[in-house]
Amino acid sequence: MTDFSFALLSPLAPEIFLAVAGLFLLVVGVFRGDKDTSLVGWMTVLAFAITGYLLLNGSWEETTALNGMFIMDQFAGIVKLVILTGLIISVALGIDHIKQENTARFEYPILTLFAGLGMLLMVSANDLLSLYMGLELQSLALYVLASINRDNVKSSEAGLKYFVLGAISSGMLLFGASLVYGYTGSTNFATIGEALAQQGSMGAIIGLVFMLSGLAFKVSAVPFHMWTPDVYEGAPTSVTAFFAMVPKIAAIALLIRLLFEAFPSIAGQWTQIIWILSALSMAVGAFAALQQANIKRLLAYSSIGNMGFALVGLAAGSVEGIACVIVYMVIYMIMTAGTFGIVLSMRRNGHAVENISDLSGLSRNNPVMAYALAILMFSMSGIPPLAGFFGKFLVFKAAVGAGLYGLSVFGVLCSVVAAYYYIRIIKIMFFDEPVAKFDAGVPFARNLIVGLSVAFMLLFIFNPSPLLDISRDAVSVFFHNE
Amino acid sequence: MLQPLAFYLFSLVTLLSATFVITAKNPVHSVLFLILAFFNAAGLFVLLGAEFVAMILVIVYVGAVAVLFLFVVMMLDTGFAELRKGALQYVPIGLVIGGVLLAELIFIYSAWEFAPSITNNIASPVTAESNTVSLGLLLYTDYVYAFQIAGLILLVAMIGAIVLTHRQRSGVRRQKIKEQNTRKRDDAMEVVKVTTGKGV
Repeated sequence: MTDFSFALLSPLAPEIFLAVAGLFLLVVGVFRGDKDTSLVGWMTVLAFAITGYLLLNGSWEETTALNGMFIMDQFAGIVKLVILTGLIISVALGIDHIKQENTARFEYPILTLFAGLGMLLMVSANDLLSLYMGLELQSLALYVLASINRDNVKSSEAGLKYFVLGAISSGMLLFGASLVYGYTGSTNFATIGEALAQQGSMGAIIGLVFMLSGLAFKVSAVPFHMWTPDVYEGAPTSVTAFFAMVPKIAAIALLIRLLFEAFPSIAGQWTQIIWILSALSMAVGAFAALQQANIKRLLAYSSIGNMGFALVGLAAGSVEGIACVIVYMVIYMIMTAGTFGIVLSMRRNGHAVENISDLSGLSRNNPVMAYALAILMFSMSGIPPLAGFFGKFLVFKAAVGAGLYGLSVFGVLCSVVAAYYYIRIIKIMFFDEPVAKFDAGVPFARNLIVGLSVAFMLLFIFNPSPLLDISRDAVSVFFHNE
Repeated sequence: MLQPLAFYLFSLVTLLSATFVITAKNPVHSVLFLILAFFNAAGLFVLLGAEFVAMILVIVYVGAVAVLFLFVVMMLDTGFAELRKGALQYVPIGLVIGGVLLAELIFIYSAWEFAPSITNNIASPVTAESNTVSLGLLLYTDYVYAFQIAGLILLVAMIGAIVLTHRQRSGVRRQKIKEQNTRKRDDAMEVVKVTTGKGV
């Protein structure tokens, strides 16, 4: 590349803006100190919004930039918009929470911003190098966020555990990437795809297995899920909400692009792996959550199970299946935002309470909150006509369409088992003896998010087609030949 | 003549010092032997014509990593002899794992086969420039994207380290230059006429 012009960087405009905004906010934070955390927080939200605006105004034609390391297409555009929405929600939920917990530090929103930047880069990764760099930028910020409440033993433990296991998973990913590079001679997804289409090799498949293990850790698919319950329980609740909502979308999008751009010719091999990951995740998510008393741990297992359901669509490997993965992740993100909004409001005498038994008799103390949580729980368990039902329905429909009958039946059975613990929460809220009331004074932003989330769950049935059509358009980039 | 001699010298010292790393009684000596091993490995790289890797090895591994090891070893006051007791019982399992890895390496080496198209994919043409120059040319052009993100990752690491360890202590006396400069003579001293025999 000898001629350089800034037009070459135009596909990266949103990311460049976000990076510069992050540096600027860091300076603002350093000068204004921790007392202005809300200011930095809302400016971060603004930065995400402007990034979204730049993204919408940019071209979504398939273009690669910077020596083919960065790709912008329809799929990246849609997923990035979803991620930015999730980031805005999680920062808005987090600002009030860290003030209530007296852990307000201006680095909190800034680390979220850099994690978000990492996610955007992951979605646009078109090369093993940029894949790894984006993933590390995101993970490193997440490790710090998990332990940001450093005077709390559990939070520190969560951060350390996440860091050590995350480092191992990154190591596996790198090992796999080096094998893939060694056997195909390139780090570019498209070139790897061409080389493998001409001649498949055992070494590349072994590399793929290692890369899949590393990425499965990031989406907390069983058997790489061990960190999830501990990190979810130990991290501050607003950080847990963030972990549950956003990073997994980026990791799933990365996984989809890697599998469909670089390894389409050995799809027979990796669908088996996804199949097993998916079945195990659904089973562990359903059965391990039955015994949990802490609602954050319960939601951790629930998120493992939900990743299993999303991977069913990936195992199907069809346009329909991948589109359903996107739809599923969007619905799950909005559902989780509402649920965590309510969990964040579970406070008594200025302290957060996290046990499911603390919800007992909520319908008499605070009926609005109880009904909102009931709707979200029904949606999570997949009761029609709520949005959660459609997520599961579409995924299983795609799986049946691809002939995965066994996995579909198994998934439906797991979903029935999982319904038990979601509905048990509703039973505790509505039929158990009331305990003391929760504190009043829930911040407006949190109420708004919970309200919007519940409204989405209720109203999705009236117009599900836009989301479906958009997702189908987005994933069509991976199926050029059909 | 000189090159094979240098090669054997460097490799001999590397192997010997690597052996001493694991047999030395004193952990500080182990780290010092490790540094010696690094230096000789750097020499081997120079012989291969990879002078950049040699420099990085010395700067990063000797200058940073090994010195860090040395600090940790000297600060930790644990009985390393105690730790090493009973290490022999792990020899069988170590041999098994080592054997498996060796077998895997042999399998991979014997089955290694390049697809015909792959040679076209390999991007680095051999040039007359020294490899520091060619690396620099590549790093700041083709790989500038990865390079910039690496910068961001380091920034996040720095923020993380500060978030997790920096504590604002109360009651620290700091130098206040503005106050010092605006101070007048009258603020600090008082001229008193002392009459003889009466004191202040």
